[in-house]
Amino acid sequence: MPVQAITPDYAGDIKDRVENFHGNQIVYVGWDHHLMFCAAFAYPLPPETPFRTLLEEVMPEGFSLHPEWDRIDWDQATWLLDGEPFTPQLDVALKDQGVGHKSLLRFQTPNLKGYQDAGV
Amino acid sequence: MSKVYIALQDNDESRYIVEAIEEDNSEATVIHMPAMIRIEAENFLAVKRETVEEKMGRDWDVQELHVNLITLGGNVDEDDDQLTLTWNE
Amino acid sequence: MAAKKLNIKDKYRLLTRDLDWEFSYQDRNKAFPFEEFEGIKITDWSKWEDPFRLTMDAYWKYQAEKERKLYAIFDAFAQNNGQLNISDPRYVNALKIFLTGVSPLEYQAFQGFAHTGRQFGGVGARVACQMQSIDELRHVQTQVHAMSHYNKFFDGLQDWSHMHDRVWYLSVPKSFFNDARAAGPFEFMVAIGFSFEYVLTNLLFVPFMSGAAYNGDMATVTFGFSAQSDEARHMTLGLEVIKFLLEQHEDNVPIVQRWIDKWFWRGTRLLTIVSMMMDYMLPNKVMSWKEAWEVYFEEAGGALFKDLARYGIRMPKYADIIEKEKEHVSHQAWWTFYTHGHAAGFHTWIPTDEELDWLSEKYPDTFDKYYRPRWELAKEMEAKGERFYTKALPQLCTTCQIPMLFTEMDDPTQISYRDSIYKGDRYHFCSDGCKDIFDDEPEKFVQSWLPVHQIFQGNCGGPDVEDILRDYYQMNVGVDNMDIKGSPDEERWKKWKGVA
Repeated sequence: MPVQAITPDYAGDIKDRVENFHGNQIVYVGWDHHLMFCAAFAYPLPPETPFRTLLEEVMPEGFSLHPEWDRIDWDQATWLLDGEPFTPQLDVALKDQGVGHKSLLRFQTPNLKGYQDAGV
Repeated sequence: MSKVYIALQDNDESRYIVEAIEEDNSEATVIHMPAMIRIEAENFLAVKRETVEEKMGRDWDVQELHVNLITLGGNVDEDDDQLTLTWNE
Repeated sequence: MAAKKLNIKDKYRLLTRDLDWEFSYQDRNKAFPFEEFEGIKITDWSKWEDPFRLTMDAYWKYQAEKERKLYAIFDAFAQNNGQLNISDPRYVNALKIFLTGVSPLEYQAFQGFAHTGRQFGGVGARVACQMQSIDELRHVQTQVHAMSHYNKFFDGLQDWSHMHDRVWYLSVPKSFFNDARAAGPFEFMVAIGFSFEYVLTNLLFVPFMSGAAYNGDMATVTFGFSAQSDEARHMTLGLEVIKFLLEQHEDNVPIVQRWIDKWFWRGTRLLTIVSMMMDYMLPNKVMSWKEAWEVYFEEAGGALFKDLARYGIRMPKYADIIEKEKEHVSHQAWWTFYTHGHAAGFHTWIPTDEELDWLSEKYPDTFDKYYRPRWELAKEMEAKGERFYTKALPQLCTTCQIPMLFTEMDDPTQISYRDSIYKGDRYHFCSDGCKDIFDDEPEKFVQSWLPVHQIFQGNCGGPDVEDILRDYYQMNVGVDNMDIKGSPDEERWKKWKGVA
């Protein structure tokens, strides 16, 4: 039973349906083992956004405060999209490479261990 | 064995209640913390009206305990003569 | 002949049980329409026990006495400028969280118990819920009265009710209670009466209030302990509800177990904010969050579940994860608020060196390894004049609505991510506990009002964070928020104390 309700066949109003975001979809981006940022960031972006725009124009504002940001070698970085290994295509739109509404992108930089090598 | 406990506000009335509890429950441990007194014992604790009345030197209704009570743990049973706390094992 | 005084058992029977009536010309099921849809089977309401056997006349008598004592202390506190006797102005920020995050829950509890009490067919349970409902109303009133004195001298206490309904981190406590109140009456009782009151409120009202006393706040410790004296009765009610449901019918056991699993997890998540109040916001320390957790959750909760084992009830699911998290959650939570200090309605700060050492001592296995480096980084940035404030909005858990800040317990530098797909949409969770709750009732939780998403939908004004804080949250931007260093709160305190 999808809900315990006194009303028969009760269905909830889906608050975060993509139609409610005025043409944007939500994409979450997290940097694994870098807890200077307490959680992944949430971005509202048009689904047509090329990955390059996300990486070069959207992410730096929040992530660049980290002392290791400038040292990331993006050729070495690995990615997970909704938990599955993923290779971003920089000039392809998010929606055309499987990054959907409320998708989670995580990246790993195994050579960078965080501030004081403590995962911070 | 599990601990039952009761905590009272640290004030003049509670002082007598704690004395009574100590007298009636020789195994109980009394812990003083800022503004409160916590009393714990293995499986059983009783607050007896007669003993509290003797310590206070006046009539005392078991339900008056509510005025100075902060918290408790255990199955409660209250009647005119006592309040008890127990865990069933 | 003088009238014989009734003993409490007889008095309870006459003044509570005998006030009930049979339904002769109305359908009983229509009088109590909420009683059956949750699947709980009640065969005999007369088996309900109220161990305190409190009747309404005695209730008013003792509550009035508690109020007289409480208000005498409030008066003395105000007349003697009690606000000057607190340990440190940082402490007041815990009260700002209390007033905006906890006191409105007392009001929700008042409403919830009024509704629930009405829906029970048994008179003993109805009267007990009625008393608890009135207690909860008393709690919100006394808390507002106590903290109104601080509102004259400190920022951030001016619009607590408005803020509770809007501010991002306050959606955590608000949605917790909304979830309980939107459930049926029996789930509400297991959620609030049992899980919350029996184990979890103790952690807020006992060690934290003892800490308030230790930090010179006589007004707060007094309302805290006065409220908690009612909680002793509420805890007893919560335990009686559980025993009653389990004894009524064996089919109730798995339903009650599922609710216990859900609500202990939800409660544990909610208490994350109390953990940081204990470890980071009390300048004079009484005990660490971990120590309080061991006494009030592990020891008291452990005893409780041993007692309930005879009914076939086991410890709440994920108790093993909960046990490990006590080493981490307060540090993860305070870091989250520190880094979002520009968007909070209270001040945040880097712990002093003495406080960092205290944390190392209290958390020898985790603090220096995982959490001290964060504060070293914060200090380094602050020294460069770049006090760290996060510049993007965080991902939130769909169930508890807390930013996804919790980590894997076997890998504490890695955020714990879980998700589910429902009707084609993806939902994110901070833990298996929160995921299970969603998966069990997705039609309920697809309705989560997640503040970050609401901002992106344009429902909170904006577009900039500062516009939202000022216009939608009604915070005094630059006054209520930001670091304690250089805040008007700090400047006033220094002036009162004659410190440069």
